[in-house]
Amino acid sequence: MNPARKRTVRLVVALSAAVVLASALIYTSFSAASPALTPSQLIHQAQPGRSYLLTGTVVTHSVVRSGEELNFSVADRAGGAAVPVAYTGTVPDPFREGREVIVTVEKRGGQYVGERNSLITKCPSKYKEAPASEKQNS
Amino acid sequence: MAALGRACLLLALAVCVYGIGASIYGVRAGRPEFSESGRRSVYALAGILTVAFAVLEVAFLHNDFAFNTVADTSSRTTPTFYKAAAVWSSQEGSLLLWAWLLSLWSSLVLFLTRGRLREVAAYATAILLGFGGFFIALMVFYAQPFATTSPAPSEGVGLDPLLRFPTMMIHPPMLYSGYTLCTIPLAFGMGALLARRVDADWIRLTRRFAFAAWFFLGIGILLGARWSYSELGWGGYWGWDAVENASLMPWLTGTAFLHSLMIQEKRGMLKVWNVSLVLATGTLAIMGTFLVRSGVLNSIHAFGGATLGVPFVCLIGVLLAGSIYLVVSRRDMLRSEHRLDSLLSRESAFLANNLVLVALCFVIFWGTYFPLISQALTGKEASVGPPWFDRYTVPLALILVLLSGIGPAIAWRRATLANARRNFLAPLAAALMTLIVLLAVGVGEKPFAIGMFCCAAFVLGSISQEFFRGMRARGAMAGEAPPVALMALVRRNRRRYGGYVVHIGIAVLFVGVAASSSFQHASELGLSPGQSTRVGAYTVRYVRPTASVTPDYDSASTQGGRELSAVLRSEPGVTLAPDSARTGASLSLGAVLDVSKNGHHVTTLRPSEGYYDSGDPTQGSVGHFIGGQPVSHVALNAGVTRDVWSAIAPNIETPQLKRIIALGNKTLPFIRPGEGIVAIAVMAGAYIHNPPQAQFHFIVSPLVMWIWIGGLIVIGGAMIAIWPAPSAVRRRVAARSRARAAHGLVRA
Amino acid sequence: MNLLIAILTLVLLLVVILVISAPLRPARRAGGIIRTGEQAAENRAELEAAREAKYREIRDAELDYRTGKLSDEDFAATDGALRAEAVEILDRLGARERES
Repeated sequence: MNPARKRTVRLVVALSAAVVLASALIYTSFSAASPALTPSQLIHQAQPGRSYLLTGTVVTHSVVRSGEELNFSVADRAGGAAVPVAYTGTVPDPFREGREVIVTVEKRGGQYVGERNSLITKCPSKYKEAPASEKQNS
Repeated sequence: MAALGRACLLLALAVCVYGIGASIYGVRAGRPEFSESGRRSVYALAGILTVAFAVLEVAFLHNDFAFNTVADTSSRTTPTFYKAAAVWSSQEGSLLLWAWLLSLWSSLVLFLTRGRLREVAAYATAILLGFGGFFIALMVFYAQPFATTSPAPSEGVGLDPLLRFPTMMIHPPMLYSGYTLCTIPLAFGMGALLARRVDADWIRLTRRFAFAAWFFLGIGILLGARWSYSELGWGGYWGWDAVENASLMPWLTGTAFLHSLMIQEKRGMLKVWNVSLVLATGTLAIMGTFLVRSGVLNSIHAFGGATLGVPFVCLIGVLLAGSIYLVVSRRDMLRSEHRLDSLLSRESAFLANNLVLVALCFVIFWGTYFPLISQALTGKEASVGPPWFDRYTVPLALILVLLSGIGPAIAWRRATLANARRNFLAPLAAALMTLIVLLAVGVGEKPFAIGMFCCAAFVLGSISQEFFRGMRARGAMAGEAPPVALMALVRRNRRRYGGYVVHIGIAVLFVGVAASSSFQHASELGLSPGQSTRVGAYTVRYVRPTASVTPDYDSASTQGGRELSAVLRSEPGVTLAPDSARTGASLSLGAVLDVSKNGHHVTTLRPSEGYYDSGDPTQGSVGHFIGGQPVSHVALNAGVTRDVWSAIAPNIETPQLKRIIALGNKTLPFIRPGEGIVAIAVMAGAYIHNPPQAQFHFIVSPLVMWIWIGGLIVIGGAMIAIWPAPSAVRRRVAARSRARAAHGLVRA
Repeated sequence: MNLLIAILTLVLLLVVILVISAPLRPARRAGGIIRTGEQAAENRAELEAAREAKYREIRDAELDYRTGKLSDEDFAATDGALRAEAVEILDRLGARERES
């Protein structure tokens, strides 16, 4: 096989390998991903056995700790439907009522169980929304 | 003074616009004086932004709360170091830091390249000023650092306690230096394509800037990981968070570029690839900056509420379209001069390394932007978590480490098969021995960790062999004793041997990563004082609670001070901590933990939780002292073989403690601020007397320290590689090479 | 205070204009001679960079040979090729110098 042919073969092999790997990657990402839902969406759409990323605000006076488990409710940012979550694992420092959180939950029976160590709380802002007075230009 | 700041920004914007015009006109019309004027615009920009930055710094240091950013992120009681650093803790301030650093680095680069690459530099100037102008326009129109409120508030909100750590304050300037430095090779790459000059001189200069970018970005990433591990309450150093990934991606393409550039230098190959890598690195850096500010992705740093999304998307769109156009339209001058001679060559190994790095970057890119991708493709937003990232990055990392051991042992152009077989014998033996030892010790259930250890052994074997053989060769040639030969060898071949040291550092770092992620013991413990429990081979006992109180800095007022002292005298368990100047927590509750293994005392840990003043009167005259953001102060016992780490989440919501706070709120008015802290001291005393059960997070991670050691080795190797040879040596070498080259011609 | 800021701003503006316009002012302009001189300097810089890179390649090849990665025949072939390439660059540099 002359060098040019060898090079073409190499290129084709390399490209095919890349395509195969990329396809595997892309395929698994869709099946391994957890959809992000708000509490109101979660109530309507959640199927038992699948995990979802619940995003919302922690409802005031809903945080109760019993031993290793932390129970709290998450509501839509704009208020409204709230979802009770039973969570075990690390609780980030910024966590408290009224803060925005993301937690991976799974519906088990009538309850939403938080995946261990999946709780993320919003870093109280570096980057806040600009107050109304500053929004004139934009 | 704010007016001066605003004027600076407007002037800066005007200078950017002028500079872009002058540079481009100068190059197209062949009027070098205009290009020169354009270059000076960059110097002028650096000067103007320095003044602007100084104005903002002074405002912070002088507690000028008329400035909105000062009022939002600083306060009278914030320690001075954090006041100075709070400048870049806000959106507006960090934009100013970014633009300022960009102008400084650009000025330095253009000063160093004055008189060379005239046309390329002119285009690069225009592009760099374009970036500068973009960020300044953002500050003028969207997020104004010099916006003021009148009348000025008397006190500011204060710096978020989560940011009150030295590492966290140095991390942004380091990272921004890395990001802004990435735009310089981008600008010179685009400039080279525009001027149609991608040659040896361009390679030489671009390599230096790309190296600087890689260096600072790497340090920024390491610092961020270190901060996350040693200060944050989750005990990890890498979480595949969007922001972490955003800084890693340009670093990966930068690494690829530094390697493949060597191939272009030697063989004139891979020109399209290299230019694409340079453009990709710069674009990824801009995307990284965008990710944090736009709220486009959910992560620790930004959620939902988009603020600067649209302008950034436009900029990235322009960069992508421009890059693709330039590469395609200049492809005739980017043809390779040679082809790959043989698969068994260092070029091949470098090419493989590039492919792995780009594959890693692609995986991370896909995973990071997946919420947007899935939204676009399926209409539903979904995210992938760390397990998905690990699944693909771990095998790729294994191959990468392996390649870093193969490359040094192979020759350029075409390696002899017999020689190659001989060169790999020792490293393979090292890897095999490691495998046998590990299996014998009984750690067989973690294949990837074992794989990584063996690959690291391979790398260490291969590189040690290189050093040894080089030292022996030099010793034979120059008749020097081994230590002298080694020094001379490294000094005369800095790039090569510095690079080898970097590879060692990377291998060590990955050993630390593999060990600490695969063999970690982590537990959540609920303990009351006196209780102990087992975690793996360790026993953890909650010895006793701790509490300390810090009065605010104003209440040196004698009345409050006397009452406080009286309370503290009667509560021997509560300490007064006037030296919390590091963080300024009003109250700190913690525990003393005794950790032992097999009956032997291992360490004593003192984790605590700091409670901060929220400054919010609605929480009550006493409640506000501890109503702010609580911050975990982790206890870490670092060791060569393992780290023992613990964080505490005390329970301050017991009925007794809540009653004390409520009582204080009712009876202590705001007009005597010094007294509020007394109630806190009483609460602390109650906590000590009747400590409720506390939640502990306890982790034992093997070999974590080697991650940081590996990082330091990488930095050391990088510095060896970049250290310039003294000019006398260079001249001698050049003269000798010239003579020998001529001699070679006669011989051939 | 406002007067001070206004003066500072004006001074800044003046300094900036001076710095930026320096190359454009008549005393500095020397037109075409600079241009061709620069062009020649650029070509020389490019050749010099190529020469340094080639020298480094020669030294790398020798180091590879002495640390056992190249056989005698392979080294002789590579070394000869590299030296020929180096001499070509040196010739071009020499020609450039003779021209100017």
